[in-house]
Amino acid sequence: MDSIIGAFALLAGGEREVWWTVATSLRFSLWSTLLAVIPGVPLGAALFLGRFKGKRAAVAMVNAVMAVPTVVVGLFVYSFISRSGPLGGLGLLYAPGGVILGQAALAFPLVAAMSYTGLQKLDPRYNETLLTLGAGPWRRVLAIVREGRYVITQSVLAAFGRVTGEVGVSMMLGGNIRWYTRTMTTTIALDAGKGEFERALSLGIVLLSVALAINFLSHLAVRDAA
Amino acid sequence: MNLSTKRTSVRAAAALAVLLLGAAQAFALGGKEQAQAAPAGRPTPANPRVRLATTTSTENSGLLTYLLPFFTEDTGYTVDVVAVGTGAALKLGENADADVLLVHARAQEDAFMKAGHGATRRDVMYNDFIVVGPASDPAGLKGSADSAAAFAKLAAAQAQFVSRGDKSGTHVKELDIWKAAKIVPSGSWYKEAGQGMEQVIIMADGLQGYALADRGTWIAVKDKTSLAVCYEGDAGLFNPYGVITVNPAKNVAINAFGAKAFLEWLTSERGQGLIASYKLGGQTLFFPNYKP
Repeated sequence: MDSIIGAFALLAGGEREVWWTVATSLRFSLWSTLLAVIPGVPLGAALFLGRFKGKRAAVAMVNAVMAVPTVVVGLFVYSFISRSGPLGGLGLLYAPGGVILGQAALAFPLVAAMSYTGLQKLDPRYNETLLTLGAGPWRRVLAIVREGRYVITQSVLAAFGRVTGEVGVSMMLGGNIRWYTRTMTTTIALDAGKGEFERALSLGIVLLSVALAINFLSHLAVRDAA
Repeated sequence: MNLSTKRTSVRAAAALAVLLLGAAQAFALGGKEQAQAAPAGRPTPANPRVRLATTTSTENSGLLTYLLPFFTEDTGYTVDVVAVGTGAALKLGENADADVLLVHARAQEDAFMKAGHGATRRDVMYNDFIVVGPASDPAGLKGSADSAAAFAKLAAAQAQFVSRGDKSGTHVKELDIWKAAKIVPSGSWYKEAGQGMEQVIIMADGLQGYALADRGTWIAVKDKTSLAVCYEGDAGLFNPYGVITVNPAKNVAINAFGAKAFLEWLTSERGQGLIASYKLGGQTLFFPNYKP
């Protein structure tokens, strides 16, 4: 109980590093969500609209990738952005770019799979109508994204929630470098390990607030879709 | 629900996201600039970021947090500290993912140099390893003839023992001691944590068990635990640290100048003096020992 009070005191006290860490976390996760949404939403829509061979396998694939643990995604991305890897020249490892790339890789299948699942709730006649009206593939993707914007908003929020709360990718690709790549979750891991539970908890409270805000927005989106 | 309110919520969410991004971006960058703001007169190297891969003990003991501002002040370099175990730090050096290393496992360091991964290696400082455990010392480690005898008592008593289990310098030392005691530790009393030094001490406290620790981390963390030093003083528990610059021929991205500056500063009179002056609770954590 004392540590909960201490945590609030720490947040209210406005310690610069605590708030800097919160801002850095949000910055990384907003950029990575954006990076994941750009290919993820069209892919989800294409899976929904497409009539092609191997569609079920493609859907299963996207769903399976969604379940890969964050540290595995981190390892995979590490092998690419390590200085001895193919993208080493970009200098992304242990830098903000690496974390953003890793988190985007984490969120991308989630956005695609959730968009696909969400769009299935739409009236199936919608797609048929578009087809009979002679809309081309791009027009249909655009129209379906417009029609399904609420479920897509939900998938984006879910992706944002996942990258904000993950620790594996941030730790492995960011290196938890102070004033550079330290995020809320890596700080929590560090502080908890040091036995500084108050500091860890204060950031835990911020994370919880972010999760609550996302759930609230997600709830609004569902309500509007109905 | 009419159309206009429907649009409002999605637009509100989008606007909020953009606003958040802007604020976070501005704040985070602002903080970074503040952290790096260089006063007049400080040198400005062409590539001012040096990446140091080091053991958790130098970071967790607070030594680097104490030293690095002085280094930045003197040379203009900012050090990005990646704190991992010695094994992982050497691996990062091998992959050219670090510019300079500060580690403590002499045999592996020599192998690293021999394989051509390093450019220069220098002794920096030392302290010692200790066995920490419950203050009542239920396995009776106090007064053991040497560290191997102490470990034999742990195994005989099946006392809870938390191992780093992460190929760190401390883990390597622990395995050496088990080897010297001719014991292969196994069973439910022997817990391989795979965590940093502080986590392991905290875990040992939770389990009321024993752990091998470096004295620097122990002094930094002991007030948060109910544990005590149960065995110390064996010459075999000597814990020397070395600094190694990664061979710049491995990769063009390596900041060779920054790495060299760090190695030389750390072994300079100023660096060595600062190491000796770092105290916690009146105790010196690391003793400088570079000999030119």
